[in-house]
Amino acid sequence: MNDQTPAPAKPESQGLRNFNINFGPQHPAAHGVLRLILELDGEVVERVDPHVGFLHRGTEKLMESRTYLQNVPYFDRLDYCAPMNQEHAFCLAIERLLGVDVPRRGQLIRVLYAEIGRLLSHLLNVTSQAMDVGALTPPLWGYEEREKLMVFYERASGARMHANYFRPGGVARDLPDQLVEDIGAFCDPFLKVVEDLDELFIGNRIFKQRNVDIGVISLEDAWKWGFSGVMVRGSGAAWDLRKAQPYECYEEMEFDIPVGKHGDCYDRAVIRMEEMRQSTSIMKQCVEKLMRAENRGPVMAPNHKITPPSRGEMKRSMEALIHHFKLFTEGFHVPQGEVYAAVEAPKGEFGVYLVSDGGDKPYRCKIRAPGFAHLSAMDFLCKNHMLADVSAILGSLDIVFGEVDR
Amino acid sequence: MSAELEALGAKISGALLGAVTEVKVAYGELTLTVVRDRWLEVAAHLRDSPDCLFVCFIDVTAADYPQRAERFEVVAHLLSPKYNRRIRIKTPASEETPVASLVTLYPGADWFERETYDLFGVIFSGHPDLRRIMTDYGFDGHPLRKDFPMTGFVEVRYDDEQKRVVYEPVRLSQEYRNFDFLSPWEGVHYDLPGDEKASK
Repeated sequence: MNDQTPAPAKPESQGLRNFNINFGPQHPAAHGVLRLILELDGEVVERVDPHVGFLHRGTEKLMESRTYLQNVPYFDRLDYCAPMNQEHAFCLAIERLLGVDVPRRGQLIRVLYAEIGRLLSHLLNVTSQAMDVGALTPPLWGYEEREKLMVFYERASGARMHANYFRPGGVARDLPDQLVEDIGAFCDPFLKVVEDLDELFIGNRIFKQRNVDIGVISLEDAWKWGFSGVMVRGSGAAWDLRKAQPYECYEEMEFDIPVGKHGDCYDRAVIRMEEMRQSTSIMKQCVEKLMRAENRGPVMAPNHKITPPSRGEMKRSMEALIHHFKLFTEGFHVPQGEVYAAVEAPKGEFGVYLVSDGGDKPYRCKIRAPGFAHLSAMDFLCKNHMLADVSAILGSLDIVFGEVDR
Repeated sequence: MSAELEALGAKISGALLGAVTEVKVAYGELTLTVVRDRWLEVAAHLRDSPDCLFVCFIDVTAADYPQRAERFEVVAHLLSPKYNRRIRIKTPASEETPVASLVTLYPGADWFERETYDLFGVIFSGHPDLRRIMTDYGFDGHPLRKDFPMTGFVEVRYDDEQKRVVYEPVRLSQEYRNFDFLSPWEGVHYDLPGDEKASK
């Protein structure tokens, strides 16, 4: 054997290497089924490799073999925190290809429920972001309000989450007056709850310590990474599709766009709180308009090649019966072409790129989920942060795996 | 609106001689069809030219048209927050011909291109990490291609004897029923078997 003992290795090469840990896919702070492979140098994150796709259901593939109407419910299952906002984008895309206009009352109801969706999503996100950094009470308070909002969903559509309420050409059915009044009565007490939540954790010292100057992104980077919604507003852009490229009757609604200065997790949480107040104000305006006599009327476009006739008509009119039968077997035909329709979903720009070959099924439907773009920047945002900041950043990205994995 | 978009399209195709093969404005949206070799150059022009400034990356995806010689159409959407405008660029590609990756211009394109590779099998040259993203570890095939069946090829189940999840060929207790509800009188035209004799 060699009697010469090897020279002692230098300390840096003494088997010191970065530590790899697996975060998820079953971690409570992963907001679903996210697997992060973290490369750590001590407690500092060197590299993040997110593995997604655990909830991939192949929605886009399934949609290619179903009619347009059968495809609407798939959109509830994308971002299941704010189901109707997703349906909205799909309906807008179809309506653009068909050239159908939504009646005024239908538009008001859509805006009202899109804002309810925004509250649902922001309530869940802001409070669970607080939970990610150690507070337990906020989610409980948030869930109480979410429950009330889900009851509004249920009273309109019959389902608490997977509503299938927005349809091409309008909404499935009209709202009863009592429901509109109850939504109106919900608004002011809700503002008080937002105030309470604000006091509960937004000003909290620990919440600030965990979120201020964490996950900072400049506006230029935010655009390049494909960010949208709160993620660009946090970095200082007053960019909101409801104002910039208004759809439905957002043009006549009065609301402000809250904008951040620092682009950090704390700014984003504060913006979401303020957006809840703005959404409540939009809801109040919708309720007030819905109660006016001139805004009564149909909620669906009267073209029965696209929207189903009423049950009453079907009992008497042969033509209505044929329309109903054709609509629910063959479905309607959408003219050849391609459109990209986007809405300001609570999480950012939710877009639908729809290609039609003139048939009754989409030839190709690409769902552009905001969370997908946000999560892809995880490595960029977490680099050189501490391990504990990963969950704070993840919380402020506002990701839901239904839409990331599709 | 559409006249303005047409003018913009003409301006871009004028600035990049020979790179843009088609300028189309439909449904209030501007679409440029681009020569594949100049994909990156066009994107760089759209991002940096002072009258475009499409700095916001929106989407990269593809669509499959098996009957074409180059079956895929790679589609990218960009947004210009300054001018409040959207643009769509697309280029043909086949299974073998790579498309230049946009990652150097837009880091956000990374995952979108991985997804397009995963689901269609389009190859992006210059991509730093072209792995599968959506499908299962060890998945075979590209599910969004039109020749990939909707029910897939394999299914998973937990095997009690082997104490692990096993992959097996899909067994359907009932065949997937694709009802043909299409009316032969309206909508897309397709030939019923024997129809070709009538037109001769």
